[in-house]
Amino acid sequence: MSRPTRRQALGATAGTLAGLALAGSAHASTAAARTPSDAARTGHEGHDAPEAFDEVFQGRRIQGAPGAGHMHHGGGYAVRIDGQELHVMQNADGTWISVVNHYQPSPTPRAIARAAVVELQGATLVPLA
Amino acid sequence: MAVRKNQAHLTAAEKRRLVDALLQLKRNGKYDAFVTTHNAFIMSDTDTGDRVGHRSPSFLPWHRRFLIEFEQALQSVDPSVTVPYWDWTVDRTPSSSLWAADFLGGTGRSRDGQVMDGPFAQSAGGWPVNVRVDGRTYLRRALGVNVAQLPTRAEVDGVLAMTTYDTAPWNSASDGFRNHLEGWRGVNLHNRVHVWVGGQMGTGASPNDPVFWMHHAFVDKLWSQWQAMHPGSPYLPTAGTRDVVDLHDTMRPWNNVTPADLLDHTRYYTYDTAA
Repeated sequence: MSRPTRRQALGATAGTLAGLALAGSAHASTAAARTPSDAARTGHEGHDAPEAFDEVFQGRRIQGAPGAGHMHHGGGYAVRIDGQELHVMQNADGTWISVVNHYQPSPTPRAIARAAVVELQGATLVPLA
Repeated sequence: MAVRKNQAHLTAAEKRRLVDALLQLKRNGKYDAFVTTHNAFIMSDTDTGDRVGHRSPSFLPWHRRFLIEFEQALQSVDPSVTVPYWDWTVDRTPSSSLWAADFLGGTGRSRDGQVMDGPFAQSAGGWPVNVRVDGRTYLRRALGVNVAQLPTRAEVDGVLAMTTYDTAPWNSASDGFRNHLEGWRGVNLHNRVHVWVGGQMGTGASPNDPVFWMHHAFVDKLWSQWQAMHPGSPYLPTAGTRDVVDLHDTMRPWNNVTPADLLDHTRYYTYDTAA
């Protein structure tokens, strides 16, 4: 059984946060070079695209990355749970929902991924059509 | 002419006929087609792009048309059946008769959210969840778990008092009646009820739970009440709005009906009480 302990999960979170801090500063230096297509992809010129994340939460691997979303549905940010894509969407106010928690926004893609893990109770996602 | 009734006032025979019609639509495959349609619109309606079924002015006429089509499907099985409405400001606890074993069954068990009683429980054999976002094939609920309270009548009255139907940018950030009723802004009415029920009702495939129809029938009734309170307030926007269904634009997926065609519900059905 590969289910990590809570300590291991927290360690993964801390490591990811350290990586995010680096990515965040790199992002700031390139923000001025964002193209119109970047803005169109996120749909929010006033919001920066959220950074990537990769962690184990309650025994599930959750990952997020900008620019890799399921473009057929207009997404510009991909979230995966154990490798399977979770359909997510950003609201006009910058909050996020997913097809699993569609009527209850969360502040970030990571938060909506964690909410999906809680809702799934171990079930696997069905691949997006 | 169909008469939509408060679910709390249905007779035992009316409940039985409605349940039987739902189970028959599930058996013949028509039910799941409605779930598929809803989920497709949920996933494609976006605040910055084309939006029809949700987070837009046409949220109300789109669901009105969707419920009419569903009601007609029920009536193709049993002409006496109509869609009842659930007034969640009154019947606001898991002990309501709505959730009894002779009607929709109750909340899910804590281990896996599975509904264990009533005609839609997996053990009853007639309600496989086929159109789904995850691997679970049984109906789930978590009544009152993800949010403690259903909206109150006072909260509904506050939203009904809003005089403008909808406002730019015509999405989940809008002020006005439509978005406050939908729940992306303010006290949160419609969205909160989905969250309160939990299980499939919290997902894009929410019509998997038969309570979906009764929830939306009440949302539809609130639109009628709002119209009666504000006879001078029109559907907005009226023309030329990008990505949004204007008053005389046709709506997908039907492509032959406009919001203007759906403003007067009495062309299609009436209520057991004055709207």
